[in-house]
Amino acid sequence: MEKTTTNSLSWVIGGAQGSGVDSAANIFSRACAAGGLHVFGKREYYSNIKGEHSYFTVRVSDRPVHSHVNEINVLASFDAETIFRHFEDVTPGGAIIYDSDVANTLLSEVPTVDDHAAARIKKTLEKAGLGLTVQDALGHAKRRGVVLFQIPFFQLLQEFAQKANDPALSKLTRMVNVMALSTSMAIMDFDNEVLARAIQFIFRAKKKVADLNVSASAHVYIYAKAKFAGSNFAYRLKARPTEKDMIIVQGNQSSALGKMVAGCRFQAYYPITPASDDSEFLEANEILDLNDSGKKGSTVVIQTEDEIAAIAMAIGSALTGARSATATSGPGFSLMAEALGWAGINEVPVVISLYQRAGPATGLPTRHEQGDLNFAVNAGHGEFPRIVLASGDIEESFYDTIKVFNLADRYQMPVIHMLDKAIANSVTTCRNFDPGKVGIDRGSMVRQITDKDKGVAGNYLRFKLSDNPISPRVVLGTKDAIFWNTGDEHTEEGHISEDPELRVQMMDKRMNKLELALKEIPDEDKAVAHGSSDIAIVSWGSTKGAVLDAMEKLAGDGTKVKFIQVKLMSPFPSELVRSMLNGVKTMIDIEMNYTGQLGSLVRQHVGREADYQIVKYNGRPMSLDEVYNAVKRIIGGDAPRRQVLKSGA
Amino acid sequence: MALKLSDYKTDVHNDWCPGCGDFGILNAIQMALADMQVPPYKATIFSGIGCSGKTPHFIKTYGIHTLHGRVLPFAQGAKLANPDLEMIAVGGDGDGLGIGAGHFVSAGRRNVDMVYIIFNNAVYGLTKGQASPTLKLGMKTKSLPQPNVNNSVNPIALALVAGFTFLARGYSYDVRHLKDLIMKAVAHKGLAFIDVLQPCPTYNDINTKEWFQGLDNVDPETHKAMPRMYKLEETGYDGVVHDPSEINQKMAQVIEKSNEWGGKIPIGIFYQNEHVPTYQERIAARIPDYMENAPAVQQIADNKGKTITSIDRLLSDLRVDK
Repeated sequence: MEKTTTNSLSWVIGGAQGSGVDSAANIFSRACAAGGLHVFGKREYYSNIKGEHSYFTVRVSDRPVHSHVNEINVLASFDAETIFRHFEDVTPGGAIIYDSDVANTLLSEVPTVDDHAAARIKKTLEKAGLGLTVQDALGHAKRRGVVLFQIPFFQLLQEFAQKANDPALSKLTRMVNVMALSTSMAIMDFDNEVLARAIQFIFRAKKKVADLNVSASAHVYIYAKAKFAGSNFAYRLKARPTEKDMIIVQGNQSSALGKMVAGCRFQAYYPITPASDDSEFLEANEILDLNDSGKKGSTVVIQTEDEIAAIAMAIGSALTGARSATATSGPGFSLMAEALGWAGINEVPVVISLYQRAGPATGLPTRHEQGDLNFAVNAGHGEFPRIVLASGDIEESFYDTIKVFNLADRYQMPVIHMLDKAIANSVTTCRNFDPGKVGIDRGSMVRQITDKDKGVAGNYLRFKLSDNPISPRVVLGTKDAIFWNTGDEHTEEGHISEDPELRVQMMDKRMNKLELALKEIPDEDKAVAHGSSDIAIVSWGSTKGAVLDAMEKLAGDGTKVKFIQVKLMSPFPSELVRSMLNGVKTMIDIEMNYTGQLGSLVRQHVGREADYQIVKYNGRPMSLDEVYNAVKRIIGGDAPRRQVLKSGA
Repeated sequence: MALKLSDYKTDVHNDWCPGCGDFGILNAIQMALADMQVPPYKATIFSGIGCSGKTPHFIKTYGIHTLHGRVLPFAQGAKLANPDLEMIAVGGDGDGLGIGAGHFVSAGRRNVDMVYIIFNNAVYGLTKGQASPTLKLGMKTKSLPQPNVNNSVNPIALALVAGFTFLARGYSYDVRHLKDLIMKAVAHKGLAFIDVLQPCPTYNDINTKEWFQGLDNVDPETHKAMPRMYKLEETGYDGVVHDPSEINQKMAQVIEKSNEWGGKIPIGIFYQNEHVPTYQERIAARIPDYMENAPAVQQIADNKGKTITSIDRLLSDLRVDK
């Protein structure tokens, strides 16, 4: 028997979409968090409503974790497909919890296993001289030392139905997710009380459902405890007192929470994965509490007919002075390109939360990629200023969201806040958000104008040419401050002009705002250097977690690596990044895309080409191990210039 | 001091072609604003792209000249963020019914309390006379290389089924009548649409001013031209839905009347239904103080620049020790 590992493991639950995989994973994550542990979880799912395979990976530790790993220590399942999809990833000494009723299911009997996956699974099993049933897959795992935990879910449900005096068994079958979860908790000897509290919490909106699930969970927990009493399973989860001020938060909540704090009071959107959750969270919480006041605030959230309307409405709203945003993903952002330029030339502060997913076209609509960096920086015809800021994780995205509204107001331009599927569909424990940490800066927005804002004719000049490229901005409805906007080049008042001299002045005015922004934006919002070494990883966005965790693992081997996390993509902080690269002998570009888009930005602005490239574009976020292995290979001196990562089911 | 018509005029040079129907519409809008004594800073004219898109630059209110086809979403966004302001959206027939048709239909579903005026001359003027969505099938205006191969859309009927709650048609050279329509549209509770027929003297050589006046259509007895336009209100037509039970009948007569074309063309109010809640009312049903505390007027920070929004309730739900 291996030694026991307590409070450090990777747990996965899988099942058909719509069968409660998410709920079970949320309960697990919350139970661990309530048990004083740190979690990082991520959700993988198909573009499908019901039936396709989805799974949720949660890494648990007694220390902060920021990424997932390839390995699975505990696989909780209640269908055949989850076994077929993941049996190879379960580690020796790890566990597979499975339903006895699916043991004889043939691979060919699972229609949602597509041909490509089926061929891979078949190859593995045949190579091992095994048949093609779940039992064979389990046998394969068992040979490698995986411990199998068979649960007769149906029989347990029948027993439970009798005990609960509820003959509606069909209703109860919906609880197999919680039963699989509960079994995993039992074999890991996790506190059943903490688990029960987590179940109550997740189903808090439906008291009856919550109670039923708690009882079902307890029923299975007791059963599994008794049945596997002698298993002496190697992985344990032990609840401990919680640290102060910790929260467990999902990536599709953090930016929406930031918007509330930032004072965003208008959001227009068109449904798209993985951005819709942001808008829906705002709408679900449209009435806002205000400090020290009986009054309430509110957010108007509008579902539009398309993304063109979404950004157009947000711009229209922004013109009235309301902090306004839209949230979208690549396909929607493609439609927004023209209006983005309109906001640019008219100097309108509007925020676009760009939750990237794998493109092009529909791409992998529910999968992850960082493929839209070039596009965000360049979207729209002609030249106009915009700010592009990329957040690296859930916690950052909360504070960055407040900052992007400040930047939009201060520099009177559209701001694209880069997020992605990996952030949106992950869950993490972190320090409680501090809403007061970032102030509200509305820049040169004024409620009334002064004489110096007027031209010779006494008209207010919305686009006044002066030493300061930023003009005082009034909002629609301001007395004595009428102005015009047009998508055409314009005069200081905002009327159409094709004058060549004025054109140059207006272009200069707008573009000069970028230089000013570059001067004023604090370094920590431009790029962050983690650690120091002459080997430097340059990366951005949600790869941050895997890179940080890999750095720590490398440090454990005695290898120090520096990590330059670039946040501001436009205007690009060339000087800062250059200074961070000073003394770096080996530069490694790590990104979730094919071409290495940040690498090309660095080359363009800093004149330095990455020595190595680690890229990934299979739609699955980078894991700790693959980043670690790829960097290790570079350090070992036998890596090709470009390594393509491929992990993930 | 009463506001005069001249208070709504800018000194921007107007570069529309001589005889352009746009002038009549511009005048009617300015006259309506003056008649209603709307303070210029309280109104915003939104426009799309094309000759009509230049309209806001000639009117001394806030003026937002947007993108091709997108005038309605821009205007709706502004109106919903600040329902206290008067928003009038204007645009061409290609702008609103071609590239912007999706927004047109969706706007009907919302019924935002504002006005949309289409300058309808059946051609794309500024790009040199291509066929617009309202040009009839088989028509060959002078700059078309071939006769129009598309059928035309019926703007009034489309607006009706989309859910607009005020439908009218005006004629750009009957400025007073059009001014009255605009005033009624502004007073209407809900989304009002005015389809304004206008000649394009440069590119539409079929539906000309003379054609509208009926110079080709002489009464054999009186030897006088018989104008094609006639006013619905002078025929006893009543488009107002006085009671919701009348909706089907009132809608049916809109389809019939709006299909009239050729010899006789009706103008006036086709339909008005104030029994449909406006989008503002729908928001206010969920956000009780929305009308007084709309997004544009909400305070979001204290005087030290600190947020005043509290998310404690939501954060407490996320606490691990919850």
